[in-house]
Amino acid sequence: MKKLTLGLITILLVISSVFAASNDLEIFSWWTGGGEEEGLLALFAKFNQYYPNINIINAAVAGGAGTNAKAVLKTRMLGGNPPDSFQVHAGMELTDTYVIPGLMEPLTNYLREWGVYDKFPKDVMEIVSYQGEVYSIPVNVHRGNVVFYNKKIFRELGLTKEPTTWAEFFAAMKKAQEAGYIPLALGDKNKWTLTHLFENIMLSVFGPEGYKGLFNGKTSFDSPELEMSLVLLERLIPYFNRDHSALTWQDAGRLVFEGKALFNVMGDWEEGYFKTLGWKPGVDFGWFAVPGTDNAFMFISDTFGLPKGAPHRDNALKWLKFIATKEAQDIFNPIKGSIPARIDADKSRYDVYLTWSMNDFATVAVVPSIIHGSAAPEGFVTTLNDALNRFIVKKNISNTLRDIMWAAEDQGYLTE
Amino acid sequence: MSVQRRKSKIGFFIILPSLILIGIFVYYFIFWTIRTSFSDWNSFSKLLRGIYNFVGFRNYQRIFLDQRFQTDLWNTLFFTLFFIAGSIGLGLFLANIIDKGLKGSRFFQSLFLFPMAIAFVVTGTVWSWIFAPGNIPKDPQGINLLFKNIGLEKLQWLWYTSSESIGHFNLALIPVIIAAIWQMSGYIMAMYLAGLKAIPNEILEAARVDGANERYIFWKIKMPLLKPITLSTMIVLGHVSLKIFDLIYAMTGSGPNNVTDVPAIYMFELTFRSNRYALGSAISVIMLLMVAVIIIPYLYSSLRKGVSS
Repeated sequence: MKKLTLGLITILLVISSVFAASNDLEIFSWWTGGGEEEGLLALFAKFNQYYPNINIINAAVAGGAGTNAKAVLKTRMLGGNPPDSFQVHAGMELTDTYVIPGLMEPLTNYLREWGVYDKFPKDVMEIVSYQGEVYSIPVNVHRGNVVFYNKKIFRELGLTKEPTTWAEFFAAMKKAQEAGYIPLALGDKNKWTLTHLFENIMLSVFGPEGYKGLFNGKTSFDSPELEMSLVLLERLIPYFNRDHSALTWQDAGRLVFEGKALFNVMGDWEEGYFKTLGWKPGVDFGWFAVPGTDNAFMFISDTFGLPKGAPHRDNALKWLKFIATKEAQDIFNPIKGSIPARIDADKSRYDVYLTWSMNDFATVAVVPSIIHGSAAPEGFVTTLNDALNRFIVKKNISNTLRDIMWAAEDQGYLTE
Repeated sequence: MSVQRRKSKIGFFIILPSLILIGIFVYYFIFWTIRTSFSDWNSFSKLLRGIYNFVGFRNYQRIFLDQRFQTDLWNTLFFTLFFIAGSIGLGLFLANIIDKGLKGSRFFQSLFLFPMAIAFVVTGTVWSWIFAPGNIPKDPQGINLLFKNIGLEKLQWLWYTSSESIGHFNLALIPVIIAAIWQMSGYIMAMYLAGLKAIPNEILEAARVDGANERYIFWKIKMPLLKPITLSTMIVLGHVSLKIFDLIYAMTGSGPNNVTDVPAIYMFELTFRSNRYALGSAISVIMLLMVAVIIIPYLYSSLRKGVSS
């Protein structure tokens, strides 16, 4: 009797799970904290208004910048058990890891069918494409080449104009140093912030086209600009806070917030951080593009793609179509604190900083970030992190150049 | 006889599940890691295609030529030496004080044992605040702030952000070693305390009657009797230090110019950040061998003892 009941229950469970499973949609991401989770849940809520029958499974894995989530995702992809759609940074993180091994479905035709292909900037479509096919849908955009500054200190030092050249930038830093402030806050305990600074210097020295060319073979890594970038980084070292290797990016931002440091080079998530600390954009803190890069937009974007063999492919396509709409992007981004990937979004929903960023995004050249996974494969990024981590102590330009060159060679960037 | 046989049969079936699980999740995975370390799986797509190309010792060659890994080996050596010496020295000292049975010694016994209950990650985070240098000399933090307030500005130092070194010893390791000793010495104290309590009082009394002073008793009577404990604490501390990850990861990361980097952190970054699975596996195998060098002689000697008794 007992056996029979157990058997019946098992059969019922199996049947019900089969039926329930038929209308699921599993979305994999690392959005679990801050405004990002709320943004994601708001998206889910809106999606369910259109498709009330689809049961969304939120498969988010906690951990900063997706370090844990990426490992989990790789295991699932290896095991042939992909989610229906997953979050991935636009660029090499997507193409090198998933597209080239043949794990993703191209979306170009769907984008055309939904009439949204031309709603994204051309540069962006290029970054999410491989061999002419688009492989993911960008939902948000962050800008990486921004200098944030403390307005109170800025005024106190008698500065009126935001620096646009390195000469002006160094002059301002000198003033700050003489007045007893930290000129340029850095927190590179986790290494990537230093590379973040360096890629902005590279962008400034190479120019947007030259910088982009490094990763598509049009510019050689073996060019004098790379050395010039290192020289410029070395000139910046005396202006850092001495304890930079004990701090995280938030700690460095805090130095600006607490009125101890003047500048900090960061991405626009720092604007969100300042706002949570109670600062008002444009009143307490100002910003400008890293000197020499105001003609470029260092692009970091979260996207969603369609893995081959997605268990609920139809639902996944509905999801992708939904997040490509203006409506979805305008729901998600003001909450997350980023700008929409589409150029036709509703500007009235965004604050003064994000509006500035949106205007630039629509007009200047969009270039991929190395450190945030857009420009180069993960292996190159780790090697570059290491090389710069040594450089900041040893200040040995020729060794660092050699290390970077080797990394470039490993990735096949250095063909000659 | 048959009852005993049946009993041992039951016993076998009881431990069978764990034998199977250990077989798969320990030994099979060790085998798999070794296999990976001889392959060219240094990108996700290569791993995914699953075509096994045997490359011999190429990954090992590469890793031993790697500057960062060489630093890691030196760091491990110095960390292990100072960590074991410090923990045993401090643990022994505390155990002897507690053993004197002074007032309140019970309270201090539990107090010293307390750090043992805290995870390395927590220890690392807290000690990273204590040893964060701040902007010295003007705007110090943590222990540097303390030095400033009591007028000992001269002692202010960069702590784990320092990139100085003496020979191959990176001075930035000192704060990390202090934190690790803080964590483990209470446990060492408890081990020694148990050993000291087990020494029969008659022996000590007899020595005192014969006119031995306390120092003589400690070095010539107590220490030889505590030798097995010293050996097992060294084993415990040795394998903790050879595979240490969480304390350092939480406290300093790999530090400027990798001054506080250890093989486990490098292995983690290679494998899970840059997808170089084969190189990461090679480091894992090297770490396994380092631990084995310590553990196997110990197991061998304790097994032989078990047989002879």
